[in-house]
Formats: sequence, structure tokens, C-alpha cells
Amino acid sequence: MEKLPEKAFMINPVIKGGSKLVSTKRIAADFKVFSRGYLRNKFGLFFGLIFPIILILIFGAIFSGSSSGTITVYAQNKDTGPFPTPQMDIATQFLNALNSSGTIRVVTVAASENFSQYLADHSASEGIVIPENFSANYLTAQQVDVTVYGNPTSSTSGIVTGTVSGVANYFNLQRFNGSMVIGLTQTTVNTQQTKYVDFLIPGLIGFSILVSPMFSLVNISSEYKKTKLFKQLSLTPLTKMEWLASKVLFYIVLSVVSFLLMVAVGVFAFGAHVTLTLWLIPFLILGPMLFAALGMLVGTVTKNPETAGVIGNIVTFPMMFLSGTFFPISIMPEYLQGIAHVLPLYYIIEGLNAVMVYANYAQALIDIAVVTAITIVIFAAAVKLFKWRED
Amino acid sequence: MKPVEVNSLRKSYGNLKAVDGISFTVNEGEVFGLLGPNGAGKTTTIEILEGLRKKDEGTAKVLGFDPWQKGYELHRKIGVIPQDFTFFEKQTPREGIKYYADLFNVKIDPDEILKEVLLEDSAKNLFENLSGGQKQKMGLALSLVNSPDLLFLDEPTTGLDPNARRAIWEVIRGLKAKGKTIILTTHYLDEAQQLSDRVAIMDHGRIVAMGTSDEIIEKHGSGERLQIHGSEKLADYIRANTELKVEYSNGVISIPLKQKIDALAALAAAEQSKMDWGEIQTRRDSLDDVFVRLVSGTMDEHGEITGKSVHDKSSNQRRQ
Ligand SMILES: Nc1ncnc2c1ncn2[C@@H]1O[C@H](COP(=O)(O)OP(=O)(O)OP(=O)(O)O)[C@@H](O)[C@H]1O
Ligand SMILES: [Mg+2]
Repeated sequence: MEKLPEKAFMINPVIKGGSKLVSTKRIAADFKVFSRGYLRNKFGLFFGLIFPIILILIFGAIFSGSSSGTITVYAQNKDTGPFPTPQMDIATQFLNALNSSGTIRVVTVAASENFSQYLADHSASEGIVIPENFSANYLTAQQVDVTVYGNPTSSTSGIVTGTVSGVANYFNLQRFNGSMVIGLTQTTVNTQQTKYVDFLIPGLIGFSILVSPMFSLVNISSEYKKTKLFKQLSLTPLTKMEWLASKVLFYIVLSVVSFLLMVAVGVFAFGAHVTLTLWLIPFLILGPMLFAALGMLVGTVTKNPETAGVIGNIVTFPMMFLSGTFFPISIMPEYLQGIAHVLPLYYIIEGLNAVMVYANYAQALIDIAVVTAITIVIFAAAVKLFKWRED
Repeated sequence: MKPVEVNSLRKSYGNLKAVDGISFTVNEGEVFGLLGPNGAGKTTTIEILEGLRKKDEGTAKVLGFDPWQKGYELHRKIGVIPQDFTFFEKQTPREGIKYYADLFNVKIDPDEILKEVLLEDSAKNLFENLSGGQKQKMGLALSLVNSPDLLFLDEPTTGLDPNARRAIWEVIRGLKAKGKTIILTTHYLDEAQQLSDRVAIMDHGRIVAMGTSDEIIEKHGSGERLQIHGSEKLADYIRANTELKVEYSNGVISIPLKQKIDALAALAAAEQSKMDWGEIQTRRDSLDDVFVRLVSGTMDEHGEITGKSVHDKSSNQRRQ
């Protein structure tokens, strides 16, 4: 009987009683106090803003180093023979020659793959296809073309094309005194030339959207419960919805600041390509909201801060590594990709990639829908279970 | 309507009866002290009245509100220092007061409140760097922000040095002078005696004594007694030669005085015995004596405190 009013308050605190309307003044007051506390805490500041930048610098440096040396090129060899002697497998010799050029590194792709799709999946814009009967045609001096995939505007594609035509010339010279037996056809790949750092930026933005609100709310919601700070706040007109709103607001602001910093570092330090559009806004709002609520849920359902910390880590860490934060999930084994699909952060990062790298807004829309749904569920659960006072 | 009206209030945690059917009222402008040993149920009672915990049974009305159901309305009108008050670590007392003022939507001068609780010197120190006493003072300051007429102070002076305690006493006296109603818990009997108009002594979730200190001492104390420093033989002699009840322990002969004239009979007998005796004095039980006797569970020989069986029953329950 006494439960009813409390329940009504949980489900819709906005409607109950004239005096209990959500007050922006109280949210602002709590926001001010919370952000001031945050800024005074060097530790939080480091993890919220500096750490993701350090990660960009570290990962960006590691991977930009390797990619500027040799270019990875996917190659599909459709020439399956038959070859009476190994010397007659010209296709393989051609690829080996490309590899020993020093400028490109060939990664072979099974003949059964849809090559354009494969390139898109691996976010690559450079590729080579050796046609069927390549060796036989070469040996009988019939004109045959190697297809080079590339983005005409990209310098990397230019290097690949140059290298392939160089090797083709060498083969032509060797046997036919330079007459054109092996030719080149070009296929334009419409994916933009993307670099590792292009993925790294959305990934690490996702990382900071996850980590800051999540850890912070796991911590404070269990800590405030233990030290009875929630009880104390319940003695003021601040409502728990207002309290949560001010936390979500704070982490949205923090995410936007961190986003701008990371983009700036990515662009200026590594020449990353990122598209900045309004499409980013839903992710920068929903993300912090989702993880603030998730953190509060963990802090609320656990008995003490220690357990909350452990559960928080169990929830956070897989998400941190398997959602495409540090590397595209397409390079992970199938079963890990399966796991990734149940992690909320995956959809945020996928969406950020869709917006910032591929300009694929249909995909972004799907991700926004998924993230919205997850956010609503988690937020509702957190608000429902979270209590200012004990029974 | 009295500011606080409590009737047959009960609250259990599992088998433990934290509050076991207590009733009391607090009058307007009164300082009401709640005394009792650790775990007596003081905080549980107070938090039920503040609307922070839900009661199991009974009724509680605070300023006319049911505290649990109408907590949000009630909280605007009361001030609270919780036991073990804590605040956001990275905020200063002045910022905390400003924050509460914004939340309560009141215009106040933080410095005025800081001055009132003698915390001006630490107004700009972060909460985490305040001493225990300064923290308590900040709690008191926050409880005053909404100018409440009713205050709940749960052990406001625990862990403070004597000066800081007296400083808080002064604040409480000042509040009383302004006509505020205050419910105060404390482990210090002198504090209760100094500040409270009435006290209730709680033990095992029950109120075992209630009233002004004098009333409690009158009712539960042993009354006036004559003490003579002398030997056990002298005690026997007085016992044999008067109608008086004579006790002896550790070189002190103790004689309860039903009337003052009994002292004369006792001293006459002592003189008659020709034995040596030292200092004489009469004394009454202090609140301390009564408190120790009431809550220790050991009944005194005179049977002055009834309800021994109740005590034993509840102590058994607590051991489970
Ligand atoms: N949330 C709770 N869950 C279980 N038991 C509780 C809870 N709160 C209080 N108790 C128990 O109820 C009893 C009364 O506790 P309470 O805090 O009211 O005592 P108190 O008189 O304030 O003691 P102290 O002087 O130590 O502050 C104690 O035995 C305590 O263990
Ligand atoms: Mg207590």
C-alpha cells in the first residue's frame, strides 16, 4: 500500500506533484558542483581527456610507421592452372615479383571471394586481380590484362599501379621484347583511401564515450550509496532524475570536448580523414547517456563499491577491446565478431565509422536506431532500480 | 499538532527489532535528546522520521506529514545532520552551502551561515581536507540553509574536541533561542543534560525512560543516600541498631534516605558505636548512574526498574 507513491515516482518523476517538476536550475546547480569536482580531480581529467589522446598518438605512431614503408595490397589469383610444370605458373611468379619489389606487400585472397566486397570489408582501396588462364595466355603470347583496383585520387593507389605496370613491363620485356602481352585495366574503388588512423579515431572516440561515464558512474553510484551521500541528497529538493540528468549532461560535454581534441590530434598529427557532420550528434549524446546509465545500473545492483568495481570491469573490458576500438573488428576471428555484435559500443563505433569514414548514412541510421533502443532499455532499468533511500 | 508525533513505531531487520514499538511526542521549540547505547535504534528512529527509511508498523507524523510518503514535501521544511556526515570531497564549505541554496532555491549569504557555525576559517578548504570537527560544522551549516523549524541532529558532536563540542552546543542553544525544534542524539550524557529539555533513553529498540533529566533521575534513580566511609563492622552495627537499610562495599557504607531525618539516626548510631569513620556525604544518582543502570541490563537490587524480563528477551534476540 505504501509502495504505490514511490512507484509512481520511479516511473514518471516528472508528472508527480506540482513541486516535483524537473528543475533546470537544480540540474544546473548539480552540474556546476559535479564538473567543478571533476576538474579538481586530476585523475579523472587524465582519463577523460588526456588518455585517449595518448592512445591515438601511440597507436597512430605504431601503425603509420609500418604502412608508409610497404603498402598492403590484396590480390586475387583466378589462374588455377593446370600447370604442367611449376615454371609454367606465371601468375604466381608475377605475384612474387610484385612482393619482391619492396614497395608493396601482397596478401592473397581466395579465388572464391567477391573481390570488391572483400576490399570494402577490409576497408582497402588497393587490390589486384589476376584473371583465369593468365599463365596460359602469357605463354602463348595472347594479350591478357591484370586488373588493378585503386582510388585515382590517392597517392597509394598510384604507387600500386606504378609497381604493377613496372612488373608487367618486366615480364613483357623478358619474353616478348617489350610488346604488350600483359596489360593493365583499372577499376576505381569508390571507398576512400583509408588509413589505420581513420579507424582509430572513431574507435577511440567510442573508447572515451564508454570509459569515462561508465567508470565514473559505477564508482560514484556505489560510493555514494556506501557513504550515504545519496541519502543526504534526497533530503534536498534535487530529484534522482535531475541528479542523473546532470551527470549525463556532463559526460555529453566531456565526450564532445574529447571528440574535438581527438579529431584535432588525428588530423594534425597523422593526416587522418574524418568527415564532420551533424550525424555525429546522436552518437555523442546517446553514447554518454547509455554508459552513464549502465554504470549507474552496475553501481545500483551491487552491494558495495568493491563488487561494483569488479562487475564494472567485467562489463567494460570486453567492450573496450572487441567493439572495434583499437582495430577494425573485420580483422578479428568470426566468433569474436559474433560477440562484438551483442556489445552496445560496437554499434556506436560502427555508426561513427559509417559517418566519419564511409559517409554511409543508411548504416548510421541503423546504428542510431539500435543504440537508441539499447539506451532506452538500460536507462529505464537504471532509473527504476536506483534508489535514493532504503526501504 | 506537535512537530513530531510517534506512536508504536516498529522497524525490524530480519529477526532484529531495531525499533520495537516506541511512542513519543516532541513539543514545539523543544530540544529533545535521544540517548542510548550503540545499536539502540536511535539512528533508525531518526531516519524513519526524516523519511529516509520506511517504518514497518505504527505511525509517525512529522510536521503533519507521513515522512515516507510525503518525504519530498517534508524535506523542504527540516534540517538534518546525518550520523557520519560526508560531502563531495572536492568542494569547499562555501561551495556546498551555495549548492544547497541553489537546490532549495533560497537566497542566503553563505558567509553568514559559516559564521554562525564558526567555520569561516575553513570556508575555502576542500571538504576532504577538513578536520572531523570542521566536517561536522559543515553538516550543521548545510542543515541550516533552508531555515528549517525542525532539525534532526544525529550525533552532531561525536569525535569532536571539547572546544569544538562547546562551539556546536552554542550553535544549538542559539537555534533553540530562535524557537526551533530540535531532535538530538548523543552518547554524551552531559551534552544531553546541558542541551535537552527532555530526553528519552533507548535500549534495544525501546524507550526505557523519558522526561526531563530530573524526572528520570527521580523515577529511576535510587534517590538520596548517605555515604559514610567506614568498616564493614560499622555497617553491621548501624544495621543492627536502626531500622535503616544499610549496604556496604569497598569501605563505603551506603544508606538510602527515605527522609532526611534518617541521616540523623544513621549518624547517631555511628557515633554510638565508638568505631572510627571518615568522610560523610549525601548524594543522588546522576543521569550517568541512571543511564548505566537502565541500559546495562543488570537490574539493581532495589527492583526500581521494572521490565527486567523484557530486557532479557530482547538481548537474546540480538545474540541470534
Ligand atoms: N540497514 C540495516 N540493515 C540491517 N540492520 C540494521 C540496518 N540499520 C540498522 N540496523 C541495526 O539496527 C540496530 C539499530 O541501529 P541504529 O543505527 O538505529 O542504532 P543507533 O542507536 O543509532 O546506534 P549508534 O549509537 O551506534 O549510532 C543495530 O543493531 C543495527 O545493526
Ligand atoms: Mg546512530
